[in-house]
Amino acid sequence: MATQQSRSAARLMMAPAVVLLMGWMLVPLIMTLFFSFKKYVPLRGDTIGNGLDWVGLQNYERFISSSSFWPSVQTTLIIVISVLLITIFLGVLLALLLDQPMWGQGVIRILVISPFFVMPTVSALVWKNMFMDPVNGILAHLWKFFGAEPIQWLSHESLPSIIMIVSWQWLPFATLILLTAIQSLDREQLEAAEMDGAQRLKRFWHIVLPHLSRAITIVILIQTIFLLSIFAEIFVTTGGAFGTKTLTYLIFQRVFDSQNIGLGSAGGVYAIILANIVAIFLMRIVGKNLDK
Amino acid sequence: MGRIVLNQVSKSFGSTEVIPPLDLAIEDGEFAVFVGPSGCGKSTLLRLIAGLEDVSGGVVQIDGKDMTDVPPAKRGLAMVFQSYALYPHMTVRKNIAFPLRMAKMPKAEVNKRVNDAAEILNLTDYIDRRPGQLSGGQRQRVAIGRAIVREPSAFLFDEPLSNLDAALRGGMRLEISEMHKRLDTTMIYVTHDQVEAMTMADKIVVLQAGVIEQVGSPLELYRAPCNVFVAGFIGSPRMNLLTGAEAQKHNATTIGIRPEHLSISNESGTWEGTVGVSEHLGSDSFFHVQCAAFENPLTVRADGGLELSYGSKVFLSPDMAHMHYFDANGLRIE
Ligand SMILES: Nc1ncnc2c1ncn2[C@@H]1O[C@H](COP(=O)(O)OP(=O)(O)O)[C@@H](O)[C@H]1O
Ligand SMILES: [Mg+2]
Repeated sequence: MATQQSRSAARLMMAPAVVLLMGWMLVPLIMTLFFSFKKYVPLRGDTIGNGLDWVGLQNYERFISSSSFWPSVQTTLIIVISVLLITIFLGVLLALLLDQPMWGQGVIRILVISPFFVMPTVSALVWKNMFMDPVNGILAHLWKFFGAEPIQWLSHESLPSIIMIVSWQWLPFATLILLTAIQSLDREQLEAAEMDGAQRLKRFWHIVLPHLSRAITIVILIQTIFLLSIFAEIFVTTGGAFGTKTLTYLIFQRVFDSQNIGLGSAGGVYAIILANIVAIFLMRIVGKNLDK
Repeated sequence: MGRIVLNQVSKSFGSTEVIPPLDLAIEDGEFAVFVGPSGCGKSTLLRLIAGLEDVSGGVVQIDGKDMTDVPPAKRGLAMVFQSYALYPHMTVRKNIAFPLRMAKMPKAEVNKRVNDAAEILNLTDYIDRRPGQLSGGQRQRVAIGRAIVREPSAFLFDEPLSNLDAALRGGMRLEISEMHKRLDTTMIYVTHDQVEAMTMADKIVVLQAGVIEQVGSPLELYRAPCNVFVAGFIGSPRMNLLTGAEAQKHNATTIGIRPEHLSISNESGTWEGTVGVSEHLGSDSFFHVQCAAFENPLTVRADGGLELSYGSKVFLSPDMAHMHYFDANGLRIE
């Protein structure tokens, strides 16, 4: 893109995409901001047509002072951090395993990656009805087989259950990224470390893991952004009950259950701020890690 | 100490035999060079000695002990890889210290050895940099530093200079030879470059398709190559290998004469020919002369002062004392 002409041609061709993206993102963002400063409860007869009352920061104050707010932030963070830990730990193990030459490698790799192709709603329903159902679920049968009392997964162990489901969905992604990273490791480095007297574990710790650090940061960054907004998994399993109400779910409840659009929008703005704090934080770590 | 003996060692990958059973002894303190064309199994042979590859058959002995099933770290050998294989996330200091840390050596001793190695290799100014911030030659030094701090009984080098430019290569060649003289440790050096082999080796092992063609000192190989392959491989420019009626006259299938053993004259000589391309290096000149008696042009070395125009008539005379004769199987006839 050196010449004036090629630059303006590039701008012209990118314009449709830019306009579409701006519309896609800016319109909802501005509407959210707009509603968050208004009293907007359709059940009480508020309509955009009649004009909405300006309430200033009242929605923001109410949202944050609600007894559900801090627990929902806590739940969100617990889910995000646990899923990150589980997917990265198991992802590294699986990637190491899949990197070994073995029979039926291609098929096994596809099988490992396949959960990623299942829609969140579907996989959550499968987990709920086929695995975690306290009467008919496979896990209940397993517990009974060993003579134990089946666990009421989604009511008694609700948060761990959600974490399990979400981890299952994101494990393939982590594995895939980490596997490609492992495959890009120079074999001679491992051989050199072997000659230098590093045993298997030491080689992993001193050579493989540092090599993976970049891929791990990328997995953390991408997963965090998506995990902050998980919704379907909670909606179809616990419906936000039993301490599984995340920030996203709380906003949903404010808008749809309580029909308070103004309050929900204020919550949305909080979520945007939270996501941006996390994103800036992560970007700086990734930036540091990437320009090594 | 570092006497390495291979006894009927062989290697196959699946059904392809890369190295048929071979015997080889490398004496303590010797600088041995494995040389041969690319893909002939040099690296594989070196990796068998290092233990990075399992032998398919035979025994590897180091200092009289059977090391065939001993893991690489316990063989007391250090290796310098073609890609250097430095650890990219560690500083030069940590790279060099790595084998010592793995051996759980006390900190003070590690520091002393690393500093000494850095001193010898002129790395002191770069000791806190990472490999990515070093030039090719400096990386090479770090790789060598990582090998020498272990004080191994033998060093293994796999084409260590092939990623460097020509000028640096010449310098590093000298440094490695110098290091060998100073440390007085066995070194096995793999290269496809016969110039490196000739200039550095005490003993050259010429390989072709996994088979040892000849073992000997550089001058032995130069003076008495045992077959056509070695004759053509050792020496630069290559020996002229001639077949046909002229060879028959000497009861040989092939005769060989090096460019430096042919003399060139305008008036008279054994073979008449026309001058083709000339290469002037200043100190020497090489002429490619097409003779009627042979199919391929002959290369002739002459004094750097000689200038001949393209297409001019000349006569070549071989120095009969340096003529090599080979039979139908390509083997040397004395
Ligand atoms: N791991 C391997 N699997 C199969 N074939 C190999 C392997 N390593 C080397 N080879 C084959 O062995 C031959 C010798 O290779 P190598 O020792 O690397 O040659 P050189 O170092 O002399 O260039 C080559 O034909 C190569 O294709
Ligand atoms: Mg090689």
